[in-house]
Amino acid sequence: MNQQALPLFEIFIRSKRGLDHRHVGSLHAEDCEQALEYARDVYLRRSEGVSIWVVCSSDITASQESDVASFYDPMDDKPYRHATHYKLPKEVDNM
Amino acid sequence: MNPPSTTALLDTPLLNYCIALGDDSLTLGHRLSEWCRNGPFLEEDLALTNVSLDFIGRARLFYSYAAKLEGKGRDEDDIAYLRDCREYRNFLINELPNGDFAVTMARQLIVDVYDMGFFSALTQSQDPTLAAIAAKAIKESRYHLRRSEEWIKRLGDGTEESHERAQNAFDQLWGYVPEMFEMSDVELQLVEAGMAVDRSALKANWESTMQLILKQATLDVPNENWAIGGGRDGIHTEHLGYLLAEMQFLQRTYPGQQW
Amino acid sequence: MTENTAQTDLQLDNFEEKVANDQRIEPKDWMPDAFRKTVLRQMSQHAHSEVIGMQPEGNWITRAPTLYRKVVLLAKIQDEGGHGLYLYSAAETLGCSREEMVQALHDGKAKYASIFNYPSLTWADIGMIGWLVDGAAIVNQVSLQRTSYGPYSRAMIRICKEESFHQRQGYEATMVLARGSAEQKAMAQDALNRWWWPSLMMFGPHDSDSAHSGQSMKWKLKRESNDVLRQRFVDQTVPQAEFIGLKIPDKNLKWNEERGQYDFGTINWDEFMQVVSGNGPCNRQRLQHHIQAQQDGQWVRDAMHAYELKRQTREVA
Repeated sequence: MNQQALPLFEIFIRSKRGLDHRHVGSLHAEDCEQALEYARDVYLRRSEGVSIWVVCSSDITASQESDVASFYDPMDDKPYRHATHYKLPKEVDNM
Repeated sequence: MNPPSTTALLDTPLLNYCIALGDDSLTLGHRLSEWCRNGPFLEEDLALTNVSLDFIGRARLFYSYAAKLEGKGRDEDDIAYLRDCREYRNFLINELPNGDFAVTMARQLIVDVYDMGFFSALTQSQDPTLAAIAAKAIKESRYHLRRSEEWIKRLGDGTEESHERAQNAFDQLWGYVPEMFEMSDVELQLVEAGMAVDRSALKANWESTMQLILKQATLDVPNENWAIGGGRDGIHTEHLGYLLAEMQFLQRTYPGQQW
Repeated sequence: MTENTAQTDLQLDNFEEKVANDQRIEPKDWMPDAFRKTVLRQMSQHAHSEVIGMQPEGNWITRAPTLYRKVVLLAKIQDEGGHGLYLYSAAETLGCSREEMVQALHDGKAKYASIFNYPSLTWADIGMIGWLVDGAAIVNQVSLQRTSYGPYSRAMIRICKEESFHQRQGYEATMVLARGSAEQKAMAQDALNRWWWPSLMMFGPHDSDSAHSGQSMKWKLKRESNDVLRQRFVDQTVPQAEFIGLKIPDKNLKWNEERGQYDFGTINWDEFMQVVSGNGPCNRQRLQHHIQAQQDGQWVRDAMHAYELKRQTREVA
């Protein structure tokens, strides 16, 4: 059987105004326009969103697990970036 | 069981108008629903089902309003399930079998372009319920048209085979178009009263839009020398009887039950 | 020990530690081949089940008894298709394309839930599929929300959210029949008689006979065993049947005070094996239908592709 696979697209939905677009899954379509239309039928059947992004899956570059050490570990030693790092007196601690 | 459902519906122009519009929606929605689990790929299967749901949803609104206008205790299902072929009032194009995907999409384009014109005019109706249904329908049709227009371009300008199938589809559907723009005297009275749409006035726009899309799709506009009508008078194709037999079978076999 | 195996041992430790700590395994993570194969088999089987499951229900779309039931049924079947799609997508994260999975289905190499090889004969079957089949599926899927493979788990969470209406509409439709005319009630009871045992079979063989269960539990791909899930389904369903006056077709069914659970009769595993191995009432029909739809759609997909190529060429020009 001659099967030309349709490209895969990743779908991101903004569920309501003011929130980030979130990855919800993927689907196959011939182009971005069609992917956008199908995203409506596939991922918004219950009005789950107000905005859709589609990205061709092959355009995504993902970090590798083996990069974990160099990518993320160096961030671990900078606790001063986190609010919990700073101990304040109880009276003002809900800052 | 509702006692009035075995008697004929009241014969008033507005009631008939609502029922005809409901019949257009239901027959086409029924045909589209036959695609569910048969689509050319999964994404398109889901999309076709959405369109089908829109049309059946419209039918329910029109029938419910008709039932309310009649005021005899009938409901949407009495109207859909307990009328025979001659009492159905839809345009013939809506009841035709799906054929292949090209026929389905060609019909869809013909209807979607028509619906855009029709429902935007109907939003101006003096009848607030009809205007409200039209306002909802026009939003749906905008999306339907976006789909059918894209599809016809893809099929027309796709492969040799798809081009041929698309051209054949329009050729075999074209004779069912004229009745969509023919007005009856009763309907003209409703237009006078500001309730209904003068469909004959939609024709020019429909033709120019279709010409444009078909040209972009590298398809020819078929020769307009045949016309089959009669849907609004209950004169149908032979296909409708089977559609109704299937659709109405439970209601007819077990009359008067709740489901 | 060569450097390569040392590397693999380290990766395996790392993998097992993640599983032990209830962390999810993500697509780019290293995983043992056997894990990859198992999760792929399970997801593709699950996806095929959703898609093939559209057929017995689809059989009643054009004959639904009211317009309301018709739109509910359509929306539900559409959901099943959507769920198949979510699951294919989740499986594709492991580098196996949907085309390959579908091909394996057509070649008889991939399975789907055996329950869909039974025919839907009357309208009551539609209610029964929602109530029992979706009910059983939900018991399984709720458990799988915590499965160790990330994309599978996320697909399950999404699916469970949408599925809750499926079982409820099925039960509600059955309830209307059970409270309707004598003919309707008989129709409902007949459907329950036919669907009850196949629903219990949906959970698969007994734990003691299940080929893949042990390893899947160890990897936390499966979180609860076949028998545990089956018991949960029986316990929740029996009172629902009693409530609407339908009788579960099992003379051995009775409440076990000591266990706090229902005892139930022996499942006909010969029948199960027949259906699983391709000889159920509708196996051939279901597969043929899927192949036919695929073939009928080929020229459409070809046209899309050709059009897209032309469009791209035009853009470059």
